[in-house]
Amino acid sequence: METPTNLQYTSNDEWILVEDDLGTIGITDYAQDQLSDIVFVEIVAFEGDELGQGETVAIVESVKAAADIYMPVSGTVVEINEELADQPEVVNEDPYGAAWLLKIELSDPGELDDLLDAEAYQNLERDH
Amino acid sequence: MTKSNVQPTIFELSAPGRKGVQFPKSDVPTADLPKDFLREELPLPELSEHEVIRHFTNLSQLNHSVDNGFYPLGSCTMKYNPKINEETARLPGFAQIHPLQPAITVQGALGLMYETQKWLGEISGFDAVTLQPAAGAHGELTGVLIIRAYHRARGDEKRVKMLVPDSAHGTNPASSSMSGLEMVELPSDERGNVDLEALKAECDDTLAGLMITNPNTLGLFDENIHEVCQLVHEAGGLVYGDGANMNALLGIHRPGDSGIDVMHFNLHKTFSTPHGGGGPGSGPVGVTAELAEFLPFPQVAMTKEETEETLPFYDLITPKQSIGRVKAFHGHFGMVVRAFTYMLTLGKNGLRAVSEYAVLNANYLQALVKDTYHIPHERLCMHEFVAQGHWEDAPGIRALDISKRLMDFGFHPPTNYFPLIIPEALMIEPTETETKDTLDAFAETLLKIAEEARTDPEKLHNAPHRTPFGRLDEVKAAKELILRTQLPEGYGED
Repeated sequence: METPTNLQYTSNDEWILVEDDLGTIGITDYAQDQLSDIVFVEIVAFEGDELGQGETVAIVESVKAAADIYMPVSGTVVEINEELADQPEVVNEDPYGAAWLLKIELSDPGELDDLLDAEAYQNLERDH
Repeated sequence: MTKSNVQPTIFELSAPGRKGVQFPKSDVPTADLPKDFLREELPLPELSEHEVIRHFTNLSQLNHSVDNGFYPLGSCTMKYNPKINEETARLPGFAQIHPLQPAITVQGALGLMYETQKWLGEISGFDAVTLQPAAGAHGELTGVLIIRAYHRARGDEKRVKMLVPDSAHGTNPASSSMSGLEMVELPSDERGNVDLEALKAECDDTLAGLMITNPNTLGLFDENIHEVCQLVHEAGGLVYGDGANMNALLGIHRPGDSGIDVMHFNLHKTFSTPHGGGGPGSGPVGVTAELAEFLPFPQVAMTKEETEETLPFYDLITPKQSIGRVKAFHGHFGMVVRAFTYMLTLGKNGLRAVSEYAVLNANYLQALVKDTYHIPHERLCMHEFVAQGHWEDAPGIRALDISKRLMDFGFHPPTNYFPLIIPEALMIEPTETETKDTLDAFAETLLKIAEEARTDPEKLHNAPHRTPFGRLDEVKAAKELILRTQLPEGYGED
């Protein structure tokens, strides 16, 4: 399972890439593997939305289950990945690249301290 | 994909000019209908009677049901449906009446509904019961609407929060959301019970209630059920019980006695009415005396008691602060007749034996497989248990592969990937009606599949092999919805 070291993670299996005040958000390799074949991605946030940490931004549905995706940190949505609606399988193929969900402008970078680094994320206790 | 058993559709079997029925010549004048309302053509399939019979008989034999095999679909209680239920439901006094008939002409049907309300109440510890809801989730919605109505009637408008443990049935969050409440999920503790500390943290004056499934979807009885109910009550909330797992409790534990205020029953699980394609469900709801006035209307009541000279009289009544009607007429009355028959057939001791055997069978099966399949919460289970369909030394194999392979041996797969809190979950519910031989055969097959997972994983990946269709493309099925029959090319053209 890949866990790039330049990203930060939540225990709910979201990742965020931070470049200055801009954050790019997606779901992890582990999450896509657990969900298995993804058939729908619905981003429920819109450009310009100001969302708090933990608010739902997307719903990802696989042949097994549907999962809510949450904001890792607070911010304003500046761009959403519209390609995913037509090509949800990209989340399985390239979770850290083409399958980014949305980009946000961070409103409280201090919240990044709540997140996990790659090593801490890998060491999370899992049932398997 | 094996194609040997694939049935052509009835449209593909059609040939112009074939007939199953000869209509007599019309003996009424032809009506002159406006042209706009008439079709140009109506391409119904044309077949002889025996072709129609063969087609549907063959299709019916491709089905898996409790009548032809083991069906351990966790949470669904796919028990055998005794055939006597079908006979009583077809008695003319029940089958050939109309819901708008005057009460005096349907006293038998109303009496049966009245008794069923009373018996369900007695079994579960509730003071009043409605038979209206169409099935389990509809019962949940009815129950949550009753909880909301209760708070509103007291002017307590700020109670909008409904707690739902992560081991609850998947419909619980939907039912509370549909009722306009905000759902907050509660975690389970390491024994699979509701986490009491997390519950305490949510107990404030915005609490509308808590929806608990007990035994929960892990097949575990919440060891702190009294304390859970007490905490919610102290905060001013009410407790909803999801009675879908009532098959573990008959004659042993009454949810109303542990502090639950509202609960639905699934007649199509616990009380042996058909579940799934075999018929509609039925989800009666029981409540405490305090909530009885909020029940949907109509309720069946005994409006005149029996005397030495006269029979009792049953009629329909409207509870004082009723939430309204939730279903046309009287719910699924035919199912109520079947459930009543089941209770009458088994009696008090028989119903208790149902739950004793359901729990015994599940524990027996769990004991047979637990050394091979990881059981995350290894406790005495109730009527079902959750195993994991995944091993570290067989990384490519998942619960789905095991489920598909079980079909090759004539077993319906267990529920998989639920509950969500257990990765690769296989939720197994044998029910009380299975023999030790069946349980042994099923366990033996599960062990064999575990071995195949190591020695021949490809066989599992490609399973099932012995069904009319092999592994279906679930991604395609989810993404490319084709919901109408695709007529053969050229069909219906002259």
